[in-house]
Amino acid sequence: MERSLRKYWPIFLLPTVIAFIIGFVVPFAEGLYLSFCQFTTVNNAKFIGIKNFIRAISDAQFGASFWFTLRFAICSVLSINIIAFIVALWLTKKFAGNNFLRAVFFMPNLIGGIVLGYIWQILINCVLSIVGKPLLALNSTAGFVGLIILMCWQQIGYMMIIYIAGLNSVPDSLIEASKIDGATNLQTLFKVKIPMVMPTITICMFLTLTNSFKLFDQNLALTGGDPNHQTEMLALNIYNTFYARAGAQWKGMGQAKAVIFFIIVILMSFAQLKLSRDSEIQQ
Amino acid sequence: MKKNPILKIFLSLLVLAVAVLYMYPIIMIVLNSLKVESAISTNTVFELPRSNSFNGLNNFITAITKQGFLQSFFYSVFITVTSLISILVCCSMCAYFITRIRSKVSSFLYYLFVFSMVVPFQMVMFTLAQTADTLRLNTPYNIFIIYLGFGAGLAVFMFAGFMKSVPIEVEEAAMIDGCNPLQTFFLIVLPILKPTIVSVGILEAMWLWNDYLLPTLVLDIKKYMTIPMLIQYFRGSYGKVEMGPMMASIVLTVLPIILVYIFAQKYIIKGMTSGAVKG
Repeated sequence: MERSLRKYWPIFLLPTVIAFIIGFVVPFAEGLYLSFCQFTTVNNAKFIGIKNFIRAISDAQFGASFWFTLRFAICSVLSINIIAFIVALWLTKKFAGNNFLRAVFFMPNLIGGIVLGYIWQILINCVLSIVGKPLLALNSTAGFVGLIILMCWQQIGYMMIIYIAGLNSVPDSLIEASKIDGATNLQTLFKVKIPMVMPTITICMFLTLTNSFKLFDQNLALTGGDPNHQTEMLALNIYNTFYARAGAQWKGMGQAKAVIFFIIVILMSFAQLKLSRDSEIQQ
Repeated sequence: MKKNPILKIFLSLLVLAVAVLYMYPIIMIVLNSLKVESAISTNTVFELPRSNSFNGLNNFITAITKQGFLQSFFYSVFITVTSLISILVCCSMCAYFITRIRSKVSSFLYYLFVFSMVVPFQMVMFTLAQTADTLRLNTPYNIFIIYLGFGAGLAVFMFAGFMKSVPIEVEEAAMIDGCNPLQTFFLIVLPILKPTIVSVGILEAMWLWNDYLLPTLVLDIKKYMTIPMLIQYFRGSYGKVEMGPMMASIVLTVLPIILVYIFAQKYIIKGMTSGAVKG
C-alpha cells in the first residue's frame, strides 16, 4: 500500500507544501536573515550584523511595552483563570439553565478582536464620561483595566469549558470517599479536586499567557496604544516600528524586535511542554 | 431534595439576569443601532430606544447602501470559504500522506508544521506581505494560497493527530479491492475523518472570518476591505462617521455568527476547544 501511495505524492503533498513554503518557510527564513540587515524592502537589504538587536534592546519604548505586556499578562492570566474556575465549579452543579449559561459565557469568544475592541471602547468611554473621568485616549489606567476586562469577557467562557471537562473527569468515587472520611466541601475542593485537575490548570494558564502576550487586535481596537504609547503592547509596538515610521533604520529594528518576541514565545511554549510532561509523570 | 416552586422561579430569574448582564455589551449595540443619530451620545447611549428616538431599520439600510458593508461582507465570505475549503482538502491529504508514509521527510515536515504553529505572526508579517506582493497573491481571489500556507500548521497537526488512530486495515482492504490511493482517501478515509473535519473547519473558519492583520498587510486597502478592516477603518475616523450606521454594521457582523452558533453550539464549542486540549 505504501508503494502505491508514494507515487501519488505530487497530489497529496505538493499543494500544501508549496503554499506552506510561500506562506511560512520563506517569510520566516527571510525574516530571520533581515533582522541582521538594514532595509526598507526585501530587495535592498544590507547586512549590518547585530546592530538592529542593540537598537531594539536599547529602545525605551520597547522596554516599556515589554513591562506593560508582562503586567497585563500576569493580571489577565490570574483573573481569567480564577473567575473561569469558579464559574466552572458553579456550572458543574446540576440546575435548570445550566447549559444555556455555558453557551452564553462562551459566546464572546466567537467575536473577532477588532469588533470586540470597538464595542468595549464605546461602552467604557460612555461610562468614563458619565463618572467624569478622562476618556480612553487620555487615560492609561482605564486602558489597562479596560484591556483586562475585555480579555476576561472574551476568554472566561473558553477556559470555563476546559475546566468543566477537567472537573467532570474527576472520578465520583474519589469525592465520595473524601466525604465519607469527613472532609468539608472546601477541603474536598482544595485537597481532591484542584490536585486532580492540575494538568488542566497548567494548560489554561499557558493558553491565557500566550494569548495575552500575543494580543494585537484587541489592543489596537480598544486603545491603539494611547495615550502616547503608554498602553502599547509588544505586538503593537513591533507593528508600529514597522509601519508607523519612515526611515531606513526602523524596519530592521522592527524585525529584530519580532525575533526577540518570537524567542520569548518559543521559550514559553517549551516551559509549557516541560511542565505538562512533568505533571503527567506524577499522576 | 425537593425544591419549592418559588425558589425554582427565583433561580431561573437569577440565571436569566446573569445571562443578560453578560451579554449587555452586545445588547447595547443592538439597541443603539435602532436609534436616531442624536440619541447616540455618551449620556444617552444606555437609554432604551423611545418613540422619538426610534429609527427603525434606517441605520441598517445606510450601512449596507452607503458604507460599503455589502462589498466587505462579500470579500470576507469569499476569502473565508475559499481558504477554508483549500485548507480542509489539502491539509487532510497532506496529513494522510505524512502519517501513512513513514520516512525522514515525513517526520521533518511534521515537525516543521508543528513549529510553525508556535511562531507569532509578527515574526513573519513584513516578509509575508512582501512575498505575497511579489507573487501577486494580493487580491481576495487568490489570498487563499497565503492562508493555506499560514494555516497549514494547525490543520495538519490536528488531522495527523487523529489519523494515527484510524486503523490501517480498512484502507488496505480497499486497496486490495482495486481502489487507487485517491479513491481510498476520498471514499474511505475522509468519511471516517468527519468529526475532525468539523472541528478543524470551525477552528479555522473562526480565525479566517475574524482575521484582521494579515488581510490588512496583504490586500490593497483602497480596493478591498474585509469586515474587520472596514470596522477598524471607520473606528479610526472619529466624529466623521455616523454612529448609527456604524452600530448597525457591528450588529450585521456579529449576527451571522450568533445565528450559526445558536444552531451548531455543541459543535462550535467542541471544535474551538479541541485545539487547546491537544496542543
